[in-house]
Amino acid sequence: MKKTKYLIIGNSVSGVNCVEGIRQVDKKGKISIVSDEGVYNYSRPLISYYLGGRIEKSGMPFRDEGFYGENGAELFLNARAEKIDALKKNVTANGGAIEFEKLLIATGGRPFVPRIEGIDSAKEGVFTFTKLSDAEAIIKYIENESIKNAVVLGGGLIGLKCAEGLIERSIKTVIVELADRLLPNTLDKTASGIIEEALEKKECGLIKEETVSAIESRGGRVEGVRLKPGGKTLKTNLFVIAIGVSPDIDIAKAAGIKHGRGITVDSRMRTNFEYIYAAGDVAEGRDSLLGSNAVIAIWPVAAMQGRVAGINMAGGSAVYDGMFPMNAVDIAGVPVVSFGITNPPDTGEYEVLEKKGDGFYKKIVLKNNIISGCIFLGKIERSGIFSGIIRDRMDVTSFKKELLSEDFGLLVLPKEYRKHMVVGEGIEV
Amino acid sequence: MERKAKKIVIKENYCIGCRLCEVYCITQHSKSKDIIKTYKGKGPVPVSGICFEEKGSVSFAIQCRHCDDAPCVENCLTGAMYRDKETGRVLHNREKCVGCWMCVMLCPFGVIKIDRAEKKVVSKCDLCIDGAFPACVEHCPNEAICLVDEDGKKIEKT
Repeated sequence: MKKTKYLIIGNSVSGVNCVEGIRQVDKKGKISIVSDEGVYNYSRPLISYYLGGRIEKSGMPFRDEGFYGENGAELFLNARAEKIDALKKNVTANGGAIEFEKLLIATGGRPFVPRIEGIDSAKEGVFTFTKLSDAEAIIKYIENESIKNAVVLGGGLIGLKCAEGLIERSIKTVIVELADRLLPNTLDKTASGIIEEALEKKECGLIKEETVSAIESRGGRVEGVRLKPGGKTLKTNLFVIAIGVSPDIDIAKAAGIKHGRGITVDSRMRTNFEYIYAAGDVAEGRDSLLGSNAVIAIWPVAAMQGRVAGINMAGGSAVYDGMFPMNAVDIAGVPVVSFGITNPPDTGEYEVLEKKGDGFYKKIVLKNNIISGCIFLGKIERSGIFSGIIRDRMDVTSFKKELLSEDFGLLVLPKEYRKHMVVGEGIEV
Repeated sequence: MERKAKKIVIKENYCIGCRLCEVYCITQHSKSKDIIKTYKGKGPVPVSGICFEEKGSVSFAIQCRHCDDAPCVENCLTGAMYRDKETGRVLHNREKCVGCWMCVMLCPFGVIKIDRAEKKVVSKCDLCIDGAFPACVEHCPNEAICLVDEDGKKIEKT
């Protein structure tokens, strides 16, 4: 049986940050990583740029080729972890078992595929879109079959970026979204409206408040999709299901590791087994806005959690004090940044400030003069300041009237805060 | 151990709001590095790496803090935003940038500027990598921005 000190399942952002976290504390202990993918390292969010032909594969890694060697980490590719024996401390991957002292589960998310009528007989032309291999398969299919149009189910982040990649490949694309707006988790109708206009200019179709109920295929190849509730059929030979991801918890579940929607972790990213950690899209860590645990499937959370897990696995001490949902995206040339709660419930507790202008929109959601969330669309350059204000739960009473101003900047923040946020970083006020 | 970058310290009480820092930042990052050619020449005027803020009598110029724990570097999807191992500076490789705006979202100082059309980060302070001394500091008439070393000691232009 192979032996390692640290075993990491998953080679995306959490796994890589875990390696760095471990090496901050332990320079020598053996690190092994198992990945079910065949490439040494790449940014998952870049697959849409690859699909669109905007970058080459060589532009996709987020760490240099030398990363694993320099950090003394052995990488096993095409090795899917099949089983965790939590008590005997080993993981079975590719038929062989690897014994570990500390384990990180960073299996990420898995695309959610709904039960759609006819899905089993449609062998060709139906795809999901979360991995490089998905993008490669779509490109190959488009080229081999001379595909000219596509339907993307889902107007969230994955669906929109996939549609954008397809459009850049001159594929006529229609997005089908069940909600009344795009990016329903982050945008409101106003913000969505601006993006819808931009998509329309790129001749991207959009059907809202409908979903796909059936796939029609002939000889195993997709011919079209039927909408619900409208009942209309859209003819297409390429159908991408992009309605979201769910935490890939199967092997953890089978091993008796505690979970909710994702794997339950404490502030050190430990599971109910003290030598097993979880991080990233598979983990349910602290959401600092909710004040409870939740899966926040975004890059910065995965990076931070992976690093914290690594430090603790190596005997150091790091605490994950929680983050909150945030997204940065560019769709059809419209940049958008959003934080936290952007569609507050209508309970009277929340106050909403909004400003809409030519090609821009800004929305700030407050509760008791503390910002719960915001949307910046069109003009995003100074939005990062809000990431700090929200993280620090700052009372904005003294500069509330400035929040929407065009030249909002650090200057409107109270002098004390300005000083506090930049202590040791070079501002004297 | 990675080297920590030199830093620019801002003293807002000394800032007179002349914006010469921006003028010289732009000039230093132009092709010609000549002030007249930069502003009156044919090419586009570069975007400054400085965010100048002013309200009433208070003003200051802020640029990338070259943070020791830089969220823009840690979360860059492509490695376009990176830390220079030699100098500790946070630098940006335009070629690699795809305009995902992760760095913009995470910079608590809001000092990263973007080009919407090009879908790339267009400007951030590089502490004048091509020059010997940061141009904004050199030309500040009232020492409202100063360069300090890793220990916070002021560095004079030699």
